[in-house]
Amino acid sequence: MCFHWPLLYSGGANYYYHRPAHHSKIFLNKFGLYHKPVYICDIFTTPLIAMKRIFTLTILITLLFQGLLAQTKISGRITDQKKQPVPGVNILIKDSYDGSTTDVNGNYSFSASDTGEVTLVATMIGFEPIEKKVHLKGGEFTYSPVMKESLNELKVVTISAGTIEASDEKRTTVLKPLDIVTTASAQGDIVGALKTLPGAQQVGESEGLFVRGGTGSETKTMIDGMVVNNPFFSSVPDIATRGRFSPFLFKGTIFSTGGYSAQYGQGISSVLALETQDLADRTSSTLAISSVGVGGGYNKLWKEKNMSAGFDVNYTNLLPYFQLVKQTPEYTRAPQFAGGSLNFRKKTSPTGIIKFYGYYNFGDMGIKTPSIDSTNGFKNLFDLNNNNIYTNLTYKERLGEKFIINIGASYSTNVDKIKTWTDTIQSQSDLTQGRVVLSRGIGRLSIIRIGAEYQYAFDGFRISSGNAYYHFEKTVNVFDNYTAGFTEADIYITPRLVWRAGVRGENSTLIKKLVISPRTSVAYKIGEFSQVSLAYGQFYQKPDRDYLFYPQVPGYSKATHYIFNIQRVDDYHTLRAEIYYKKYDNLTSTLTDTSNSGKGYAQGLDIFWRDKKTFKGVDYWVSYTYLDTKRQWLNYPKEVTPPFAATHTATLVFKKFFNKLNLSTGLTYSYATGRPYYNPNNTDFMSDRTIDFHTVGINAAYLRQIGRCFAVLAVSVGNVIGNEQVYSYRYSYDGMRRSAVGPPAKRFFFIGLFLSFGQDRSKEVIDNNN
Amino acid sequence: MKKTILIALISLAGFSASAQNKKYIAAMEKNVAELDTTRDGAKLQNLANNFERIAGAEKSEWLPSYYAAYCYVNMTYTTKGDMIDTYCDKAETFIKRADSISPNNSEIYTLKAQIASARISVNPMTRGQKYGMESAELREKAKSLDKTNPRPYYLEGTAYFYTPPMFGGGKDKAKPSFEKALAMYETFKPASSIAPNWGKRSTMYFLNECDKK
Repeated sequence: MCFHWPLLYSGGANYYYHRPAHHSKIFLNKFGLYHKPVYICDIFTTPLIAMKRIFTLTILITLLFQGLLAQTKISGRITDQKKQPVPGVNILIKDSYDGSTTDVNGNYSFSASDTGEVTLVATMIGFEPIEKKVHLKGGEFTYSPVMKESLNELKVVTISAGTIEASDEKRTTVLKPLDIVTTASAQGDIVGALKTLPGAQQVGESEGLFVRGGTGSETKTMIDGMVVNNPFFSSVPDIATRGRFSPFLFKGTIFSTGGYSAQYGQGISSVLALETQDLADRTSSTLAISSVGVGGGYNKLWKEKNMSAGFDVNYTNLLPYFQLVKQTPEYTRAPQFAGGSLNFRKKTSPTGIIKFYGYYNFGDMGIKTPSIDSTNGFKNLFDLNNNNIYTNLTYKERLGEKFIINIGASYSTNVDKIKTWTDTIQSQSDLTQGRVVLSRGIGRLSIIRIGAEYQYAFDGFRISSGNAYYHFEKTVNVFDNYTAGFTEADIYITPRLVWRAGVRGENSTLIKKLVISPRTSVAYKIGEFSQVSLAYGQFYQKPDRDYLFYPQVPGYSKATHYIFNIQRVDDYHTLRAEIYYKKYDNLTSTLTDTSNSGKGYAQGLDIFWRDKKTFKGVDYWVSYTYLDTKRQWLNYPKEVTPPFAATHTATLVFKKFFNKLNLSTGLTYSYATGRPYYNPNNTDFMSDRTIDFHTVGINAAYLRQIGRCFAVLAVSVGNVIGNEQVYSYRYSYDGMRRSAVGPPAKRFFFIGLFLSFGQDRSKEVIDNNN
Repeated sequence: MKKTILIALISLAGFSASAQNKKYIAAMEKNVAELDTTRDGAKLQNLANNFERIAGAEKSEWLPSYYAAYCYVNMTYTTKGDMIDTYCDKAETFIKRADSISPNNSEIYTLKAQIASARISVNPMTRGQKYGMESAELREKAKSLDKTNPRPYYLEGTAYFYTPPMFGGGKDKAKPSFEKALAMYETFKPASSIAPNWGKRSTMYFLNECDKK
């Protein structure tokens, strides 16, 4: 009979809620429900009525408890590990409305209606969340937890000794990849930009990075961990060439001037580790027209955003430019290059990516230079024809929670055909390599890496020489099986203190020797933005390619590095200073016979200062390099400063952006003290010095978006002041005459238009949704 | 009898569910109202915390998570450098939660677009292209999901407004988007008292800025 009650409860609960129970009759009537006045009965005789009463009572009690009785007042003060208050903390009872936010003094208080077992949670950006089970039973409850700062990149020390990094992903790097393109003297060349950094020498007569008393060939270039045998275009004598690879290919560049990780081998002075881009940002095409050539490319990003592929082609011909701007050397054929590249990238899973990069380039040029030994105007001929292929395939994936695997394979070949009046030379280098690295995270920060490398190298050299009276032919081929293994651990003793210990073993069948090189470094964060680090390491390298063809192949060259680094990096400023000592042993010597009895040392100071804030819209950096180095190697009769080392080097890079004009401008000034050269007339070997080196480069880029096309018009001038530059001198056999080695022209001019057509994907997005 | 008790208990649950709903609406209304009154970091943090708590208690509602994300993205405008990314990361965790509760929601995609735009300011030179494009795609999706929602158009206006003319932005480019947004705000009816209804005043502010020379 009373069975309407439940219906009423469920139907009109909110209404009923405010009414005392004994008014229910009115209530019922209002709804026109027939109801027997059952409640005139004794409430305890009718169970259902009792139910109703209990109901009402429960509700009342619950309400009362919520308002008064069972409420617990929770309060406290939240501090960090340094006992400083933490404002803004969300302190709450899990899965409930109850909670509060701490004030500026870290204080909070709130009332909780739940009783019994609850979980108190405290969360705040930058801190590890805290959860605590507590028992609430009304009254006052005090809870004052200490919050632990969570770890992020900025709070954790990284090993910085000897390493200069350019990356968009990491925040504390010295350079951004874009800096490489916008540095005036670089002219879009990675190495050109890195030459503005401390530790690098201003060597203009041959390509490569000459770092801290080392030669260009003592710097190893890697792409995604795979060695690049010929990172520069093949060159004719005394004229440096550019790097083969576009800076836009890479998302990260690590330029290590010493003391580097056991992951890298076969570079006793320096390592340049380049990391290729992941998937393309979007589908786009590019077109470039410049004073030296044309180029274009297309990149496609698949709709699912898990795959991208692209190609580019380019053709360079310096003939028109050489006709306008006179060059000192006489070109029989102006340099011409044609080539292209392919890329393919696919995400195989949310954490896995496979990347392929393939590059091909053909180059051709011929040059005539007056023979220094001739008195009747005889000219030497050097005719160069080059074919280069580089391929790189890598795969990266996370295995379970803790492991990451990196697998890579690469094949490359470089063929130079050189002709002089008397000789025809064909020189070929092939390199096939594989690499596996397994990393395992330990705890929150520490990591251990273990890896293996295998390289199969073929080097061939064929010379045929002769004239009407004699003929000479020789072919030499050498093969090398190089294997290396390494293991390395970065052990975080605290987030502020890291110790890296590693060891690398290398074996070459050509040299028939296994060498073990230990490496270690320590870094300690001394302040929010500052840190110090120390590094030590032993490094081995096979002798330069030319000496591999000798019947007695010299052994590995060796260097031992000691580095101390201090740096301060915030959002707008970078200051780093580094002192180092390097010892060279077993350098290749040809004085009596080919051996590795050469030796030497290098020590110095590198300073870098970058400031993006002091002057509005201006970003500038200053590098200073002090270098004291001597070596006895090759045919040197004694230990001397080699011709590629200047005592003082300084560079100023200045960039200003004019917002209103859509104009970006840059200036680079480089200075180096005179370098040693060999003068046969001076009995004191290598004691002469060239004049000091000064050069100013300027560039400007005008940027404009025209519809879907983004256009950049770039101009740059190298050595704008047009002063005389002498890299070295070449002497005749009798020492009577000499000629200066310098740049092929006083100034260098470049103008180019770069167009990028992005495909607007918004249309596609709409189509997908409709 | 047993049956009656059971029915009674079920109805009690219904009663409390309804009370809970009322509590939810009341709490949301209070915080949403406050949202319009502040750009101050500490106050936004406080509101974000409130929304986060409501989100924790009301696991099937997308709005608390949405508003928590909205607070964090607004907090990026009064900070700089790495904190922008930190707030964006936080906003992203909330908007993902909202998205999982209410998929294909125009308002959620609008906020996703706003988060991507906020990330640009960390370093416009290096991030402009990547996040600008990401934001534009999300914005377009937001437009397509609800053709009456003015907020994606407002956001489009701000994107053009802050993009330098050489990269295809500028005041002249921004103005039509703001005008369109304003016209849409005039007719826009929020779904409830706590549904997203922000951006009109800002649109008017930006329109005024666009006219300044």
